[in-house]
Amino acid sequence: MNIAVAIDTVPQDALPGASEAGTASKRIVVTYGFWIFLLSDIVMFAALFASYAVLVHATAGGPTGARLFNQTTVAIETACLLLSSYSCGLMSLAVNSRNRLGTYLGALITFALGAAFLTLELREFADMIARGATPQRSAFLSAFFTLVGCHGLHVTLGLIWLVVMMIQVTVMGFVTSVQHRLLCFSLFWHALDIVWVGVFTVVYLMGVSP
Amino acid sequence: MTDLRYDRAPGDIPSEELRASSLPEALIYTIGLVVAFVLTATSFWIANTSLLWPGGVGLGLAVLAIAQMGIHLVFFLHLTSGPDSTNNILALAFGLLIVFVVVTGTIWIVSDLNDNMLIPSRDLMNMHIQH
Repeated sequence: MNIAVAIDTVPQDALPGASEAGTASKRIVVTYGFWIFLLSDIVMFAALFASYAVLVHATAGGPTGARLFNQTTVAIETACLLLSSYSCGLMSLAVNSRNRLGTYLGALITFALGAAFLTLELREFADMIARGATPQRSAFLSAFFTLVGCHGLHVTLGLIWLVVMMIQVTVMGFVTSVQHRLLCFSLFWHALDIVWVGVFTVVYLMGVSP
Repeated sequence: MTDLRYDRAPGDIPSEELRASSLPEALIYTIGLVVAFVLTATSFWIANTSLLWPGGVGLGLAVLAIAQMGIHLVFFLHLTSGPDSTNNILALAFGLLIVFVVVTGTIWIVSDLNDNMLIPSRDLMNMHIQH
């Protein structure tokens, strides 16, 4: 009992620091590696943002952003992605407490909102192409389709990943490796939402404001 | 789990013993959602209103976007300034440095090139067309 009391009174600072505590757990190593991948992905998006910013006025006599973009669609897309990020967060809480039903429910909502976002975006693209605003029309449109399309591609990959993860939860249960993958997935999904904040600000809102 | 006490995986929710405030995790996500929603709504309002000075709209939108990205990082990705996520913060800081260099460098160089580009006069263009 005396020993227990003594351990309780040891200040936290006396415990070894990160570098002295030995190798980090696999959960930390795996997600830290994924974190670095995400940051490199964000650097790639930064390059696409930069090329969009320098080409935004190079419309070659074609349609400008102010004529093409529909703000209502963008607002709904933004709401879909923000809410799916929220439900993804709640899903990771359910994963942490090994709550199977909560995980499925969170994943279902996340998937539905992500799919709604993707549908709206594809409809927007199809509408633009039908009006002659194809990627070949001008440098502005090439940059637009590259930037927004690359984000849409990431969302598509995220949706496929989510389906695969739900199959793994069903088949393998909440084993450690599945938990690591789910944590990586939620990182990926939140990062996509952060990129979308940049997209709707730079492309859609700055594009239409006078 | 000594290492968990001092290092935290990015995006991981801090364990109960580490968190000074005892807010339930779901509440943290909800606060983040509400704040992000308010910032988004403000962005859309700023872009469409005529009440504000038009010259400041771009700057205002940029500030709101950066604020919202910060909200996402803190409330959704649980990034803190605590010693347990120093590595995550350092990696993020390096990423932001590269993003800053790429974006401002590109815009600066290309707009400078644009300004210095010689626009051929009408006579010169006619000459080109004739020959």
